[in-house]
Amino acid sequence: MNPYRIGSGAGYAGDRIDPALDLAERGELDALVFECLAERTIALAQLRRAHDPQAGYDPMLQARMRAVLPACVRNGVTIITNMGAANPMAAGQAVLDVARELGLPRLRVAVVTGDDVLPWMLANDVPLMDSPDTVRSLDGRLISANAYLGADALLPALQADVNVIITGRVADPSLFVAPLMAHFGWAADDWHHLGQGLLVGHLLECAAQVSGGYLADPGHVDVPDLHRVGFPLAEVCADGSAVITKLPGTGGRVDRLSCTAQLLYEVEDPAHYLQADVVGDFSKVRFTQLESDRVQAQGASGQARPEQLKATLGYRDGFIGEGQISYAGPGARARGELALSILRHRLQDAALSHGLAGLEHRAELIGVNAMHGPQLGADREPYEVRVRLAVRCATRAQAEAVGQEVEALYLNGPAGGGGVTQSVREVIAAASALVPRSAVHARCDILEWTQ
Amino acid sequence: MNMSAAPGRPKQARAPSGGSAVHEVTSVGATSQYRTLRDIALARSGDKGNRATLSVIALDPKDYPEMERLLSAERVQAHFAGVVQGPVQRYTLPDLAAVHFVMFDALGGGVTRSLALDAHGKTLSAAVLDLPL
Repeated sequence: MNPYRIGSGAGYAGDRIDPALDLAERGELDALVFECLAERTIALAQLRRAHDPQAGYDPMLQARMRAVLPACVRNGVTIITNMGAANPMAAGQAVLDVARELGLPRLRVAVVTGDDVLPWMLANDVPLMDSPDTVRSLDGRLISANAYLGADALLPALQADVNVIITGRVADPSLFVAPLMAHFGWAADDWHHLGQGLLVGHLLECAAQVSGGYLADPGHVDVPDLHRVGFPLAEVCADGSAVITKLPGTGGRVDRLSCTAQLLYEVEDPAHYLQADVVGDFSKVRFTQLESDRVQAQGASGQARPEQLKATLGYRDGFIGEGQISYAGPGARARGELALSILRHRLQDAALSHGLAGLEHRAELIGVNAMHGPQLGADREPYEVRVRLAVRCATRAQAEAVGQEVEALYLNGPAGGGGVTQSVREVIAAASALVPRSAVHARCDILEWTQ
Repeated sequence: MNMSAAPGRPKQARAPSGGSAVHEVTSVGATSQYRTLRDIALARSGDKGNRATLSVIALDPKDYPEMERLLSAERVQAHFAGVVQGPVQRYTLPDLAAVHFVMFDALGGGVTRSLALDAHGKTLSAAVLDLPL
């Protein structure tokens, strides 16, 4: 049996399009996966859908599909993506519209739904993970609740001979595990093979992060041609072992370091990586460099999958108001520290601070201590610093006052301040809870366009 | 956040940028005042709720034992005092020449609600590379 060739076309919602097109054209792929949902993306999409019933899917969906559909249809590459976000059905229709615009003779799209568990969460006051509270504590603020569907939810779509599979929330690696299960006939309780499939999905789901992106440290770890870094693909064998590689002529590097950095990325216990399909064991994984930019990944295994599915809940959590101002040249740091001192005095004084007194805040100097605090921060004089004040606020009006406080440092603060920026953002926060598999009903609908 | 004054520490001389390959790092390190973890390892951090994950990987697997000795959970927790509020859990992975940490209560309440500029704690990875060998 030939290896199954699966590529990664996006590691986040805003990722580059050209490397995905390159994979669609030259990758000789069986499947191309676009992973585009971060924790709170669905909550934000749900807010858009509330304004417009046809919205609520990834805003870059059409642009990505316009770019890759012709090559994927021509080369028989199945596109799998969670760009459906809060409205997978509308996303499916939008893809058919793109096919019509492009003049494609025929396109079949599978839409996978069932991840929306908001009604269940509202009816069942379950505990929130990593919190002493329950779902009820989010009463009136809850926007969305979506279970991380597993690979099993995608299997009907994979058996339906479609060009594109669109989902909402699906566990990121399951987007890769599903086509491997379908192709190799791995059973849903074949924990060993699913563990290896999880390894492939985990290595690929962040796209260039396994092929040289997010790795370079000049003089220590050098990576060639990051301006045209290639997105990764895996050649997966029936035993689950895989070669991670990228297309010839692209930038980046695939080696033990790039693969190990991605293997452990956002994993907690490497021997018990909890995912919807399997509890993966990455502790015995071995990477072998076969040739330049080709690494064999093997040795993953797994144990029985968790009994419940994880769900992400999006909720309104007030506002963050922020203001920044820069100081440069001799004494920049001292003037920046004086500006911070002025801001702190005003935030402590109810009469001066427009309702900001006593609110949780950060007041710091970008260029000195904004990233890692005073202990790890710079102990020397930087040429320039940027004062940053961020305050957690209950209302938009309060949050607007934060930037105004910083702006007032122009006329009322230290000498030579410049470049003020202000921002206000509504915080859509994410919490997690567990939902029984029996409460989650995945569904697959097929949409079709023919000329 | 702990606002105590930063202790003065010598800064590492910056390595020349570009050109040198990974296996030449020892000679780069030798030009510095002293060797740091950055001379033998790379690091990547990520987020999981209010926890930060931090992986440190030996550039050359032969340096793994030295790296593992250096990077106790206590040492890493002390290095990030003031940033990481909770305990630090360590996982050693000799086959991968990597030491992996989960740092609890490290992200200002979690990515989605943090007041921090780097809400994901992405830049924490570089801070650990400053540890002297």
